[in-house]
Amino acid sequence: MKKVEAIIRKSKFDEVKKALHQIEVNFFSYWDVTGVGNEKQGHVYRGISYSTSDIQRRYLVIVVSDDFLEKTVNVLLDTASTGNVGDGKIFVSDVMEAYRIRTKESGSAGIN
Amino acid sequence: MIIQEQEAIDKAVEAITGDMGALWITLAAILVFFMQAGFTLLEIGFTRSKNTGNIIMKNVMDLAAGSVLFWAVGYAIMYGSDLVGGGFFRSSPSDQGYFFFSADDWHNLFFQTVFCATAATIVSGAIAGRTKFSTYLIFSAVLTTLIYPISGSWYWPFDDDAWLNTAGFVDFAGSSVVHAVGGAAALVAAILVGPRIGKYVDGKAQAIPGHNMAFGALGVFILWLGWFGFNGGSQLAWGGDDTIGATSVIINTNLAAAIGAIAALFFTWARYGRADISMTLNGALAGLVGITAGCGSVNAWGALAIGLLCGIVVVISIEFIDKKLKIDDPVGAISVHGVCGFLGTVLIGLFALDGGLFYGGSGKLLWVQTYGSLAYIVWAAVASFIVLFILKKTIGLRVSEKEEVEGLDIHEHGVESYPEHISQDK
Repeated sequence: MKKVEAIIRKSKFDEVKKALHQIEVNFFSYWDVTGVGNEKQGHVYRGISYSTSDIQRRYLVIVVSDDFLEKTVNVLLDTASTGNVGDGKIFVSDVMEAYRIRTKESGSAGIN
Repeated sequence: MIIQEQEAIDKAVEAITGDMGALWITLAAILVFFMQAGFTLLEIGFTRSKNTGNIIMKNVMDLAAGSVLFWAVGYAIMYGSDLVGGGFFRSSPSDQGYFFFSADDWHNLFFQTVFCATAATIVSGAIAGRTKFSTYLIFSAVLTTLIYPISGSWYWPFDDDAWLNTAGFVDFAGSSVVHAVGGAAALVAAILVGPRIGKYVDGKAQAIPGHNMAFGALGVFILWLGWFGFNGGSQLAWGGDDTIGATSVIINTNLAAAIGAIAALFFTWARYGRADISMTLNGALAGLVGITAGCGSVNAWGALAIGLLCGIVVVISIEFIDKKLKIDDPVGAISVHGVCGFLGTVLIGLFALDGGLFYGGSGKLLWVQTYGSLAYIVWAAVASFIVLFILKKTIGLRVSEKEEVEGLDIHEHGVESYPEHISQDK
């Protein structure tokens, strides 16, 4: 089992969610985060211009069995991209074990 | 017999007209009362979320304290008699006395009370985010008990004792009497309290964006609505010519607000390359403050001209005060109420159909308007300085650095206004 963590643009979230469902990755969690990166956003507030690299993104955590890993990553790489600075990042790591609390199943049965 | 009947009819008509006037003043006062909600939301929206509860408390308490104090003392001073200091102060209370009691004049007390509360609440926004709550309460109480009623007595009783009234000064609903007084007090308070931490870094103004533009916008809509009572109600009567007068005042008010918003929009759009939300909202308020003095003495074109000028001047003034004078006014209260209150009062000297320079006037009105408005500004500034200076030397004006950085809500009031979740450790 692998954990795929993806930081993506909020504007790409619906597209990504749809594409993940299409490859039958139906379970994942997400939350909104503020990050610091290379992209700078320009603002004007009451006549004062400022720019900030503190930008809003959406953070997805997807735990998949090994045979789902490649297509999951590919979907993210394809659908979350705009080609501009600030498209985000993907991290993949090993997951030691997974449990489904209701049935007490573990392993792949616990995540699908 | 016929004469007697006619007399009875005349008397009845007079009574009905009087009652309609009282009804209109009461309804208008209810609208003005609701402006407190507008001020609260505007101030909350234009500042940081960590000070929300503090702003709520300031706005609730200046209305609450103002209502009691103006009933007890303020009205009696404002409408009193026996002048001292060459018309500066009325040493004897009004007929209704201290602790206002009247057989038939309650609507006037209510109308004047909510005006007084408006003047008080203007200060709150300019010193948001760093002022001690207890200090604010004391200052607000002095403003509603003494500062506002004393200068109000110079004009609004409309009697021979009111020196600005006899001089021919015109301020229909209070661009100077209410708004410039509040704005001048706000200016002095913002200077003495000092800027918020982080507002000026190496002498350069930094943006501290407000946390909720929706609150800011709702606040402006509520104020705009309430202003129809503020200005329209200042006709102080309803029926016949007074109905026409009050409704034309309402149209002038709406036109000035509309053109103020439009002017601020295009001015900032050209200047910053973006259609600026908070400045456009300020532009509408600037038009409202500006037309408040002249809404009964200009026509629609005059109202548009005053609103337009105020909508542009408010943007320039906000930037000048913020960047050049380095006075931190998070909501633009000094510019909206002080600068545009002064400007709107003076512009009557140009646009008044009776006595305005553009309508064949001699310039005398322009001169009276100018020194009259300045009298209000100087009085409010000096009186506020004395009170705030004493407070600064005694209980202090500011919260500690730690309290300011972590937010007034948690330190002054013990709760956050937007808690993530509620849990308790026993």
